Amino acid sequence: MEISCEEVWREVSNYLEGEISGELRARMEEHFKGCKHCTAVLDGTRNVVQLVGDATVFELPAGFSNRFLSET
Amino acid sequence: MNRIAQLDPTQGHGIPEVGAPPRSSATTSAVRTKRQGNPSEAELIERVLRGDEEAFRELVRPCERAVFITTQAILKNEADAEDAAQEAVLKAFTNLAKFRGDSKFSTWLFRIATNEALMKLRKQRHQKLHDSSDEQRTDEEGDYIPRDFADWREIPSEALQKKELRQALSRALAFLTLKHREVFVLRDVQHFTIAETAHLLGIKESAVKTRLLRARLQMRDALAPGIDGSWSTGRTEYEQVRPG
Repeated sequence: MEISCEEVWREVSNYLEGEISGELRARMEEHFKGCKHCTAVLDGTRNVVQLVGDATVFELPAGFSNRFLSET
Repeated sequence: MNRIAQLDPTQGHGIPEVGAPPRSSATTSAVRTKRQGNPSEAELIERVLRGDEEAFRELVRPCERAVFITTQAILKNEADAEDAAQEAVLKAFTNLAKFRGDSKFSTWLFRIATNEALMKLRKQRHQKLHDSSDEQRTDEEGDYIPRDFADWREIPSEALQKKELRQALSRALAFLTLKHREVFVLRDVQHFTIAETAHLLGIKESAVKTRLLRARLQMRDALAPGIDGSWSTGRTEYEQVRPG
């Protein structure tokens, strides 16, 4: 059974978590084959998770490292 | 002032014990596996408990960035985030004897930092000093429609080095409401499980999933055009991260 783009967007985060049924996963993967928009949403969402998973991409305030432990 | 020197890590207070297994078995096995090279986490903890302050600094130093990100994500204010981060470190020090070793020290410290930031936030709210924008943008329960379909297959490695990307990430994160931000940071930055995130925040796992979905889609909408555009090519037309 086909799945709509809206349903894919609703489940894309659970898809990345592996928190959906095998049946829904198969339907979503079939949908991704023919839908550029949803593939873009999936790829981008996965990239966000990968990007922020590396804490070094976040900036620290200037001098934070020096203050962090010197004041404790 | 060196506040650690005035405290005793064997006289913990204020932090509940974490987990069941006694620390001794976990630490001794960890110590055995890291006899060579850098000291293991368990070795450092034992040194701290014997009074070695420098060992505590060595233990905490690798976590400083993540601790700050956690408190900053919750408090949205650098000065408050630093205060909360430092309070969390102090609490970790004074309660180190209660750390049972069934999770990594960093995970335990992030929990303390999260609680510290949330307590500070609640205090601020009680004093009606919080940013009301969080309250105005809490209509998350409806479906979120992605706004941008830019093709973003991979993250160009050179983009990761760009200051623009780091700034855009911080801005995008700041546009999330608190309830989306805290879930996103705990799950995707700190790598707590959905169940742990739910437990930490006192909400249902289903709520974590709902908020996580919206946070991830909003972050993607905010970042995708820049990833394909200015950060990898030097163009500037996508520099402004759009509000979520």
